[in-house]
Amino acid sequence: MSVEPMKVIIAKPGLDGHDRGAKVVARALVEAGMEVVYLGLRQTPESIVNAALEEDADVIGLSILSGAHMTHFRRVKELMDKNGLGDRLLTGGGIIPTKDQEKLKELGIEKVFGPGDDIQAIVDYIRTWHRSRST
Amino acid sequence: MKRPVVKTADKRNWEKKYCSPDLRNADFSSISGRPLEPLYTREDLSGFDVDTELGYPGEYPYTRGIHPSMYRGKLWTMRQFAGMGTPQQSNERYKFLLAKGQTGLSVAFDNPTLYGWDSDHALSAGEVGKTGVAVDSTADMERLFREIPLDQVSTSMTINAPAAWIFAMFLANAEKQNVSFDMLRGTLQNDILKEYIAQKEWIFPPEPHLRLITDLMAFCADHVPQWNTISISGYHIREAGSTAAQELAFTLADGFAYVEHALRAGLEIDDFAPRLSFFFNSHLDFFEEIAKLRAARRIWARHMKEKYKAKDPRSWLCRFHVQTAGCSLTAQQPKINIIRTALEALAGVLGGCQSLHTNSMDEALALPSEKAVEIALRTQQVIAFESGAANVIDPLGGSYFIEKLTCELEEEAERYFQKIDELGGVVKAIEQGFFQREITRAAYEYQMALSRKRKILVGVNEFINEDEHLEIPILEIDESVERDQIRRLQELRQKRDNQAVRSRLDALKKAAAGTENLIPRLLDCARVYATLGEISAALINVFGEYQEQPFY
Repeated sequence: MSVEPMKVIIAKPGLDGHDRGAKVVARALVEAGMEVVYLGLRQTPESIVNAALEEDADVIGLSILSGAHMTHFRRVKELMDKNGLGDRLLTGGGIIPTKDQEKLKELGIEKVFGPGDDIQAIVDYIRTWHRSRST
Repeated sequence: MKRPVVKTADKRNWEKKYCSPDLRNADFSSISGRPLEPLYTREDLSGFDVDTELGYPGEYPYTRGIHPSMYRGKLWTMRQFAGMGTPQQSNERYKFLLAKGQTGLSVAFDNPTLYGWDSDHALSAGEVGKTGVAVDSTADMERLFREIPLDQVSTSMTINAPAAWIFAMFLANAEKQNVSFDMLRGTLQNDILKEYIAQKEWIFPPEPHLRLITDLMAFCADHVPQWNTISISGYHIREAGSTAAQELAFTLADGFAYVEHALRAGLEIDDFAPRLSFFFNSHLDFFEEIAKLRAARRIWARHMKEKYKAKDPRSWLCRFHVQTAGCSLTAQQPKINIIRTALEALAGVLGGCQSLHTNSMDEALALPSEKAVEIALRTQQVIAFESGAANVIDPLGGSYFIEKLTCELEEEAERYFQKIDELGGVVKAIEQGFFQREITRAAYEYQMALSRKRKILVGVNEFINEDEHLEIPILEIDESVERDQIRRLQELRQKRDNQAVRSRLDALKKAAAGTENLIPRLLDCARVYATLGEISAALINVFGEYQEQPFY
């Protein structure tokens, strides 16, 4: 079982510039002992997955508040599967209506977070996933 | 009438009684984390000079308000920020809002437009019309303002990176409506410094953007004299998670930076300063917000008069729009947001704002539905016509608490100004990530306070309704919006005089490489229906693109 800290990519694909949530999550994950690669704004699905490959990341977290989440999540998942990252965790947050969260589940994105979610819940979700993966 | 002699209250007696019983196990600091006394008395204002620091409304230093009559003379403008989907859909929403009693327009653009890209740009996919209206050319401006008399209604446009060429399209449309430029009233946000700090909608590095801003100030001074050329903003800084003091300090620091830039460019201070305006947040901590707005007026007046030596009293005025805090609103139990917005709006009014936008209850979920925005507008109307808040000027003036808080915020702002100076000014501080780190730290601390329940958010970490389901209608932007917008854009590119477009874009590029004022060139491009993206591309060619170093 790996004793290296988990590596998490945090990125904002597309044109949404609201990065408060992404930055707060990044800080919280660092406080929780994870290694965070914060890519920032104006990323593309391609640039995000390339970074995940380069960094051999365990987790990709997308932040999207602009309404373009279906487009971006779909494309990132596609690229992850195509490039041998299908077993890594794709999650994220933003303004994602419940019915779209259901559609994301069908694509294999089990859980996303939104306004009002506890920051600790995000940390726990990633930790739990990692633990279940290592067993 | 002889009043009975009352023994003077003894603060120490009260303090003894205050401390002895148990206090509630709660955090009594402000939402910004500011420690607060349980009580404020005249001792807290020892040294406060009522004549020089409080004064009268409409008199330097304007602590009590910028006009002598304030709302007895004229109510604040009720100006709801709106925009969605196609220009036609947004035009319908503007007509709806005007019919419901709003008194000014405010345009929200979609992400591609905010970044200066056309609706068919590769990176616009999935984004067209989702967060505001899509505007690709002057033709879209014509659709957006159809049957809206621009000589009678003032218009605010929340646009920054491509503000100058969006404004050129607005002017070109005014020409087509036969409205002369000197009749146009409104505001362009046009505040690039806060983009690097918080809202993140830039195209070029700072210098070219600053040049465009001063070009616009100079152009409007001569040709569009009633236009507010910039809305120096704290709203977004606060939304990104800053404290009230940071919002106040960073906004005014940006303001000073624009003044200094314009002076270096050779403009006379009293020629451009009267048309500078501001934009603040009104967050949930009621009294802190009122004090913040009063402090803003006093600080700006002092610096403009004493430091920058402006002679025209209009140059000393911190005129501002207020928007209630979007970030304070919840996705859970969204109807409760109506109450939050009402309190925040009241704080904005008691703080003396010139115009006000109230958020809708569905703020955390989608763009406002008709019903939700109607309630938001009615909130302002209740405050204006029923609550009595508009009947007396600066009604909280003289309160020990409010005056003390106003002074404290002013002092904190001055300390930040000094720190920013030490870092070499606003642009250097941005490059070093100073603002960004301060803001993220404040955001993180607040989030942890929520997680630990030291700060409460009703419906979110306390008073939760389990098994909650959505009961209010949610506005959806149909995917056909993007298809239709792209189709119309492609038709436009076929129908227009492409030779004229090409030659005017070339002239723009040449001018950009020099030092002449670019606004006339942008207006030329707008008149022949050059698109937003084409103009941006022409300027990127000369100015380059900014790459952010992400700080968190």
